[in-house]
Amino acid sequence: MRRLKSIGAFAYDFVVGDDWRVAAVVVAALAVTALLVHAAGVNAWWLLPVCVFAALGWSLRRATAGSRS
Amino acid sequence: MTALPLILTVFVACAVEAVEALTIVLASGLTREWRSTFQGTAAALVVLGVVVAAIGPALTLLPLWVLRLVVGALLAIFGVQWLRKAILRAAGYKSLHDEASAYLREVAAAKSAAVTSRRGVRDWYAFTLSFKGVLLEGLEVVFIVLTFGANQHNLDAAVIGAAAAVIVVAATGIAVRAPLAKVPENAMKFAVGIMLTSFGIFWGAEGAGVAWPGNDAALLALVPVVALVSLGYTVLLRQRRPAVPVASVPHTSEEVTSS
Repeated sequence: MRRLKSIGAFAYDFVVGDDWRVAAVVVAALAVTALLVHAAGVNAWWLLPVCVFAALGWSLRRATAGSRS
Repeated sequence: MTALPLILTVFVACAVEAVEALTIVLASGLTREWRSTFQGTAAALVVLGVVVAAIGPALTLLPLWVLRLVVGALLAIFGVQWLRKAILRAAGYKSLHDEASAYLREVAAAKSAAVTSRRGVRDWYAFTLSFKGVLLEGLEVVFIVLTFGANQHNLDAAVIGAAAAVIVVAATGIAVRAPLAKVPENAMKFAVGIMLTSFGIFWGAEGAGVAWPGNDAALLALVPVVALVSLGYTVLLRQRRPAVPVASVPHTSEEVTSS
């Protein structure tokens, strides 16, 4: 059981890394993109890059928030 | 897309990981003993080879849109994590990865451990140190080889890029018998983060059903845009950074302290 837990923790750390919010934003952006393309007929190629850049900025802001002068 | 960008991307990504693995192998071999170190390295390489051989062909059997959606999402998440660390390092919020100091830490730990023989291995510490080092760094290489190779239906090209990187780094390490501290590792990690994120966005969106303007040529615009945004964040963070050395920047979150 302990070994399974440590494998799970390693897999989480390996893929998701330090900030789970980035992974959540990427998955949500892909879901919304698929919805826009298939349900609304909108070729939303721009949505994922915008969300990734926003998630990166948000994550960097959180990581450095307490270090500002 | 031709095989060259695929080979080059995999080569650079794998070279970075190979440099880190080499540091651990050298620390183990030079301070403990080479035979057990090579046994550990060889065992890890066998495990990694089995993973590629088992998962690689299975991945190429998946429908392309599923592969692109799942692999694109994973690559985008993985790439942003690389990019985030690289930006924090470049902006001075996180200390630069230094192979020389990493080597000294490994040497100090290796010198203090006792010599024990187990399962036909003369020095179990040297074996496990090199096995774990090569396996953990190698798993990132395997991830990149599988995702890039499967998506392009060109696993062979990805394996060639990875093998070339490992051979070049190993040959250089054998020649100099020291950690490759002069390799611009942080700059390479920044570049790899940009490539992983760009390919992840491209394939993930395609998997979700998007038709990119210009098809594959969109990548030629996407990579510079990701690079520009990343550099922009780096400049912004540098301007906001308090005027204190990296070592004395308060550790306010888990990512600033993790390596």
